[in-house]
Amino acid sequence: MIKIINLVKSFNGQKVLDGINLTMPTGQITLVIGKSGVGKSVLLKHIVGLLKPDSGQIIIDGQDMSRLGGRDLREFKRRFGVLFQGGALFDSLNVFENIAFPLREKTRLPEAEIAQRVRFRLAQMNLTSEVETKLPDELSGGMKKRVALARAMIQEPEIMFFDEPVTGLDPPMANTVFHLISKTHQESGYTALVVSHDLPEVFQVADQVAMLHKGRIIAAGAPEEIQNHPDPVVQSFIRGEVDFLEA
Amino acid sequence: MANLVRQLGQRSLNIVQEAGGMMIFLLESLALAFVPPFRLRRVLQEIYQIGVKSTVIVMLTGAFTGMVMALQGYYTLKQYGSEGALGSAVALSLIREMGPVLTGIMVSARAGSAVAAEIGIMRITEQLDALDTMAVNPIQYVVMPKLLAGVIAVPLLTAIFDVVGILGGYLVGVVLLGVSSGSYFAGMKQSVVALDINGGIVKSLVFGITIILVACYKGYHTGPGAEGVSKATNQTVVLSAVLILAWDYVLTSFFM
Repeated sequence: MIKIINLVKSFNGQKVLDGINLTMPTGQITLVIGKSGVGKSVLLKHIVGLLKPDSGQIIIDGQDMSRLGGRDLREFKRRFGVLFQGGALFDSLNVFENIAFPLREKTRLPEAEIAQRVRFRLAQMNLTSEVETKLPDELSGGMKKRVALARAMIQEPEIMFFDEPVTGLDPPMANTVFHLISKTHQESGYTALVVSHDLPEVFQVADQVAMLHKGRIIAAGAPEEIQNHPDPVVQSFIRGEVDFLEA
Repeated sequence: MANLVRQLGQRSLNIVQEAGGMMIFLLESLALAFVPPFRLRRVLQEIYQIGVKSTVIVMLTGAFTGMVMALQGYYTLKQYGSEGALGSAVALSLIREMGPVLTGIMVSARAGSAVAAEIGIMRITEQLDALDTMAVNPIQYVVMPKLLAGVIAVPLLTAIFDVVGILGGYLVGVVLLGVSSGSYFAGMKQSVVALDINGGIVKSLVFGITIILVACYKGYHTGPGAEGVSKATNQTVVLSAVLILAWDYVLTSFFM
């Protein structure tokens, strides 16, 4: 279980996270929604240890992440898989090398075993072996996302983080990525946090939804509860109303 | 007036802060060279990128520098009837000053800017964050191999610059202007001492660390977007060139 308690973060005197409280149950997908620039990715970066909070706690299975540092934090991160917004594939490595990277860096598996695992993940993402030798620049946006997902999954993480997983993709490809998230979640049973503003499609993958607004969680519950939430700000966001988006 | 003093103070504080940041960054990178995994393959790849790929431009610069120095030196020395000292004049200037400084500036322009852009792009496309979340230290994986490569490659490139420069000087002085080949090399042998060569090596080592440190630091702390990368690249070349010249003065006064 991941528990965020009273998380506060400011940049240049401006409060981005203003006392976030959120619980993400083990084995479930928690979706955090909110308009662009509201601090969703900042929240995610705190949980994966890329940013340190000004105050507050991030408890993962009883361990306070925000107090870990150096090697302890790095070892803790081995339990994570992260799908970054742009994929974050390494430019100088081809698809095979990108997916194999975590295994080559963090395990002593023989090359044959690594190759087998990489090919399994490629097949899982509906990618053929022809893409193995391509560089990230030669891939379409959807392929990049699927390769990045394969890389994030290669070490069979306990916790997955998805930062805007379908932003910039066309609707069919967005649905493919959502389908892959659901499929891998069913197969692996990982705990997940998805950060997105792509509504309403993103609701299909979530077990619970939380809405972030002005640095706080203003609503949290099952997807149906959020869709019928009485708060006008939540309703305005879900319907994509102009007034709210420009506020 | 008060505003001007405040701005000056703020700028001075920023410079001190950045210098401190760079020093911590350097110490952390060098310390990580002694922590496994040692990443020898990455160091070799970076020696190729920073060193081997700079060889042609360094040889060209060295050749023309040696040729110009021979041409200038010949007409100056001729006025005093000392054309025989041309070899020692060319060699001493190259080994003590021109070799380390011009090699440093050329490496900064070619490889330093590329390093800053590469790391800057890795920063803005979250590749450095990706390394971090995979429990791989980005400084150890990206920065440390480049720093070691700079320390190894720049002194070697300087040596190449010196040799090619001396040959360029030979081409102009001996082949074109008729200075005796024997006196060109004999003068060199008599006047160049170990201190000159050691001084050149120390300078090139310091310049190598400076160029790659500035490039890695600026790239690692780049601002958002293409503008951030462009600024980091630009600052790398300018700051490296200024630091090379400043270090050159400090080290020369130390060796004199």
